[in-house]
Amino acid sequence: MNINRRHLMILLPAAAVAWKHVLAGTPEDSPNYQMSEHWWGMLIDIPKCIGCGNCVRACQTENDVPDGFFRTWVEQYHRSDYHLETPEVISPDGGKEGFPVVKEGEEGKFFFVPKMCNHCTDSPCTQVCPVGATFITPDGVVLIDPKYCLGCGYCVQACPYGCRYIHPEKKVADKCTLCYHRITKGLTTACCEACPTGARQLADLKNPNDPIHEFLKTHTVQVLKPQMATGAKAFYNGLDGSVR
Amino acid sequence: MSGLKDAGHLFRFAGLFVLAFLVFLVVRAYVVPKSFGEYGHYRGAAIGEIAAHPVKFAGRQTCETCHTDIADIKAKGAHAHVNCEACHGALAAHADDPMSVTPVKPDSAVLCARCHTASAAKPASFPQVDPAEHSGGAPCVTCHNPHSPIIGSDFTANAAKGGAK
Repeated sequence: MNINRRHLMILLPAAAVAWKHVLAGTPEDSPNYQMSEHWWGMLIDIPKCIGCGNCVRACQTENDVPDGFFRTWVEQYHRSDYHLETPEVISPDGGKEGFPVVKEGEEGKFFFVPKMCNHCTDSPCTQVCPVGATFITPDGVVLIDPKYCLGCGYCVQACPYGCRYIHPEKKVADKCTLCYHRITKGLTTACCEACPTGARQLADLKNPNDPIHEFLKTHTVQVLKPQMATGAKAFYNGLDGSVR
Repeated sequence: MSGLKDAGHLFRFAGLFVLAFLVFLVVRAYVVPKSFGEYGHYRGAAIGEIAAHPVKFAGRQTCETCHTDIADIKAKGAHAHVNCEACHGALAAHADDPMSVTPVKPDSAVLCARCHTASAAKPASFPQVDPAEHSGGAPCVTCHNPHSPIIGSDFTANAAKGGAK
């Protein structure tokens, strides 16, 4: 692109105005929400998941996720009785339209694993961002500032769970926001709203009345890749040992 | 100590540094957003901007504010725990403007099969059927009321509310 002095003189004030807009931000939409009173996470109950793909479709609708990209997706595992360490995993179109039928009597164990951003307390993705465009909020949600993101893709590589992608049109990193625009208004996430079996439940770990506390007392839950010490807050109940 | 009389160029140089630093401070004050560093090494206003996104799923409570009749039927049925928009889709637009935005009734042959088609990958306790064998291709609502799907559980409501006719 060739910019001569005349063009630059026109462009600079325009850029200044645009930057002013970035500086100003937009006002808080939910004035009664106190960030310090929440610490968000998600409970994923594997024995309840039927692989219908409702969560994937709901997320796409709620958050305008482009086709072929996923903020949440569902995987179908086939853990053979003979190859316990190497399960076969499929996720056709993220499980958006469900899965091929598995016939009765097939060898091994079949089950569904919904995946999403784990909203890690010590997230590798926020640590690698060179410009402070991704961060964990005071209420425990990992977010991306699309106005600051350069689209360098460091965070996409850093996420051990593969939860981030570069948005094909905006060219910035994108991922699950835990429906931050909903949970700050007292609603649950779109995926939880659409889940017909309660396999996904939004959890507020700072709320003593949240059913998550009773659940955690009476169940042994796991997180994905605990050896990476990410402080993941997507808690899986009934997770098979073959899931990585 | 005869060097100081020739030190003028050093002071000029230091002055240049101070000037550059001042320019840096002025530019920085202008380009760094006010909310940067409010909560951490990021733009605090971004949180509010993300929270301001529009909501598309209205949420069950919103639906039940108006559709109390369906809520009553549903509360007694086997689908009591299923949220309205799990089947009907995102309808915040309808909740905001019920007159001009009318929801499309879901096609039960597709919708019910999505969850209830038998597969060994699904938990055994979940009710599953082979749709072709179970109904011979007839729509599920011929016999079942989707709001209270167990046949006979609430048949009067069935007939009244778009279930069996």
